[in-house]
Amino acid sequence: MKNYSLFKIRHGESIQVPTERKKIARSFNCGIIAENCKAPKGRQKKRNNFFRPVRDSVSFGLNPAVKTAGYFRSSLRDVCLPVILAVFVASFAYGQNDQDPIRIVRPVTFGQNPIPVSLDGFSGEVASVLKFDLYVQGFSFVSPDAAQYQISGSNSGNVIGHVTDKVARKEILSRSYAGASLRREAHALSDDIVFAITGKKGIAQTKIAFKAQSENGDGEIFVSDFDGGNPQAVTHDKTIVSAPAWVPGRLALYYNSYRLGNPDIFYNNLATGEARTIARYGGSNISPAPSPDGSKVAMILDKDGWVDLYVADADGSNLKRLTKSAEDESSPCWSPDGKWICFATKIAERRVLAKIPADGGAIQVIRTTGAPSPTEPDWSPDGKWIAFTRQAGEFDICVVPADGSADPVVLVAGEDPSWSPNSRTLAFTKRANYRYTLSVLDVFTKQVKDIGRISGNDSQPSWAK
Amino acid sequence: MKTMKMIYPLAFALAVMLAATGCKHQPVGITPMKGVTPPPPYEPPPNTKGDNGLPPEPPINFDTNVIAQGIPAADQTLFGGMLEDTNALAAYTIHFRYDSAAIRDSEKASLQSVASALAADPATKLLVEGNCDERGTEEYNRALGERRALAAREALAKLGLDPMRVRTISNGKDRPVDTGHDEAAWQKNRRDDFILLHPNPNAPAGVPQS
Repeated sequence: MKNYSLFKIRHGESIQVPTERKKIARSFNCGIIAENCKAPKGRQKKRNNFFRPVRDSVSFGLNPAVKTAGYFRSSLRDVCLPVILAVFVASFAYGQNDQDPIRIVRPVTFGQNPIPVSLDGFSGEVASVLKFDLYVQGFSFVSPDAAQYQISGSNSGNVIGHVTDKVARKEILSRSYAGASLRREAHALSDDIVFAITGKKGIAQTKIAFKAQSENGDGEIFVSDFDGGNPQAVTHDKTIVSAPAWVPGRLALYYNSYRLGNPDIFYNNLATGEARTIARYGGSNISPAPSPDGSKVAMILDKDGWVDLYVADADGSNLKRLTKSAEDESSPCWSPDGKWICFATKIAERRVLAKIPADGGAIQVIRTTGAPSPTEPDWSPDGKWIAFTRQAGEFDICVVPADGSADPVVLVAGEDPSWSPNSRTLAFTKRANYRYTLSVLDVFTKQVKDIGRISGNDSQPSWAK
Repeated sequence: MKTMKMIYPLAFALAVMLAATGCKHQPVGITPMKGVTPPPPYEPPPNTKGDNGLPPEPPINFDTNVIAQGIPAADQTLFGGMLEDTNALAAYTIHFRYDSAAIRDSEKASLQSVASALAADPATKLLVEGNCDERGTEEYNRALGERRALAAREALAKLGLDPMRVRTISNGKDRPVDTGHDEAAWQKNRRDDFILLHPNPNAPAGVPQS
């Protein structure tokens, strides 16, 4: 304890370490997530764990001194006293440059248990919509006896739903829905259920854009509900199209189409159907990515002779070249504060994810140790995660803390992830029998459901935010 | 027991060494973790524009594997409406190694043939289409295909062909010649196709052909 007191005095902070002892020690062997130094009071009730990793992880920075404390507190204390002393010497070497606030670390818990609910009284489309929506948001379906929440209702006539919290023994939702299709009413009910149970906004009434491709390589851009319902073709180009990217907060898409005989970037106002050319330079104009406020668009061009990252105003004007490398940059995406653009590239013969200030500057590599050949990054709207595809023989969806403070976590087989607006679910592409289908993944429970097929190959989802 | 006692001073010495050497040089802002080596710092590509105050670099010898600097793309509007002849140069399609845009020595004869065909008729132009096999992710392949097309354009320029007569596009992996799913098919699909462009005699004069 003496050494630990030193540490406390240096930083002028107090931490309830004994209650966090196990978590600190565990963090050494796992992926690491940090949270503010308020120690949780008592044991968390199970039902509150639904969004814990997202809600509690204030920052992923890891103070080495905290790690040191973890060592000191481990059961190895009696054996390794000299080592501990030495590590403390090291901690002072760090401490001199370390301006970060003190943080407690805890393991990232992917593969959480889903929330058990029972579902009674619904039939047909309403029942299947509710099951899909709740499953991909981290719920599992059990008998009423085993359920933590009992969901009941009916869909004879309008959709009616009730949710009872069986622990608190009270009804937390009772509502009926009218005036829309059964499908939409069911989605609205599922959003209310998710909100009643977790306090978080659901995703059931969100949209995605994607590419639907036929066997000959030609395709069209489609938009649909997040579960694939109500698909509508945006383009009628009968050629190669790719990389739809939804402009946040607007009914508009950027995408790439070869309809003028060249890979060019277009902007499509979905409300009016008007398509405008944004980039039609010599060479390929590909992979558009609108900034979070919609005022800028990043893209991959090679008009200057190398495949590089460029950024322009939303209409394509004021074009600026951000990278200048003979390697091929690809798949730009933005940090939610609009300050960074993350992309895939190659440095010293190694494929890496990197980020660059959106107005230009030095490139920083995003560490993805253990995830070879990373491509297709997508930054979560809450700023905490970057989802990406790794290629280790086959393709896997991975997530890594955006600040690189922990190793990536491999989730499921798949490609090209796109975050939901609530930073909990990913839409992605799954390759099976050399065909692409779209799937939805609940990141924290790893529950996956496929979306119904539109064409021979459906890929490149972009979730409307 | 004796060996156990020996361990303490040894462990202490080792730990002090670690503390004194290994940890101090850890860059700030990177979290050290067991079994993890942080990536090397990014080194920007060399300044090849000649604006660094140094004398200009000597001319580059013919080596298609070394790209000194990108050649700006040709003006697309000058290619509008031209007639595509996919057969004329079909024999000279060049192929690439997996995940590579480097032109192999074995392909240089084909490039020479393409350059000669273009030199024979100054009215013609060239479209280079870069393609990839089905492995690799979609947008990554689209970028890689473009780099393959650019590599051929650079090589042709070094053979004396005016690069402004050459335009490039990437088809990513959307235009395979062999739809199989084995190395034999992939090998055929990792390619640059050369498409000869003839002026269109029916295009109205004085109007940009697009």
